[in-house]
Amino acid sequence: MTGIRISVPDTAETGEVIEIRVLIQHPMESGFRRDNRGGLIPRDILTRFECTYSGKAVFVADFHPAIAANPLLSFNTVAAESGTLNFRWIDQNGAVWEDSAEIIVT
Amino acid sequence: MRTDERQALSISRRSLITGVAGLGTLALIRSPAAAAPEDVIAAQRALFGDREIQTGRVMVTMPPIAENGFSVPFEVEVDSPMTEDDHVVQIAVFSPRNPLPDMARFHLGPRAGRARVATRIRMSGTQAITAVAEMSDGSLWSGSAETVVTLAACIIL
Repeated sequence: MTGIRISVPDTAETGEVIEIRVLIQHPMESGFRRDNRGGLIPRDILTRFECTYSGKAVFVADFHPAIAANPLLSFNTVAAESGTLNFRWIDQNGAVWEDSAEIIVT
Repeated sequence: MRTDERQALSISRRSLITGVAGLGTLALIRSPAAAAPEDVIAAQRALFGDREIQTGRVMVTMPPIAENGFSVPFEVEVDSPMTEDDHVVQIAVFSPRNPLPDMARFHLGPRAGRARVATRIRMSGTQAITAVAEMSDGSLWSGSAETVVTLAACIIL
């Protein structure tokens, strides 16, 4: 159901500020829309995104319905050491989607 | 009779003075986001309390015109060295016209290196989006940008 796309550089120099871009396929149903019978379509959104670098949190986002469908995030982090970047999305019911990327820092 | 009159006069003078002072405080609180309706002020209060929000250091970038409000590119950057001693702790984004004033909140730290976040937002009509950044020293800074939305997204949002 869910497609995740992640863009992290494969390699970086120590101390370099790198850009990370992540996208997840999700309707982000706002809960304000109505169906063709006039009934409210229930809200179904991701509420949190977390990025950890070698186990340490480097970026966290809280989403409200104002975030567009298929939420895209672009943020930065300092390439501190070679390791794993882990990405987690959590929806309003606590369901989790995860992915990760490796980076080699020289 | 005369004492009564004097009393009445002193009361009205006092209420006048407090009234003016009250107006002044109100103007002071409202000045950071003068154009924003009460909802945004309330949302900012809920998050940051009564602390003063200064204008500056926060740059919001959005297109001048968006064809529709489904998905509008949004970028916020805060002028900060992002060191252990001086960095951005969080950035909160507010809308004066969407059904909910809270749009998103980003938590950062010195590990970010650069205080910049980009995403895509929903907009139910033309409005100025405000971002408030909280620094590690506790100070609050805000910036905003306006996008003209040609197809109002009040139905679709």
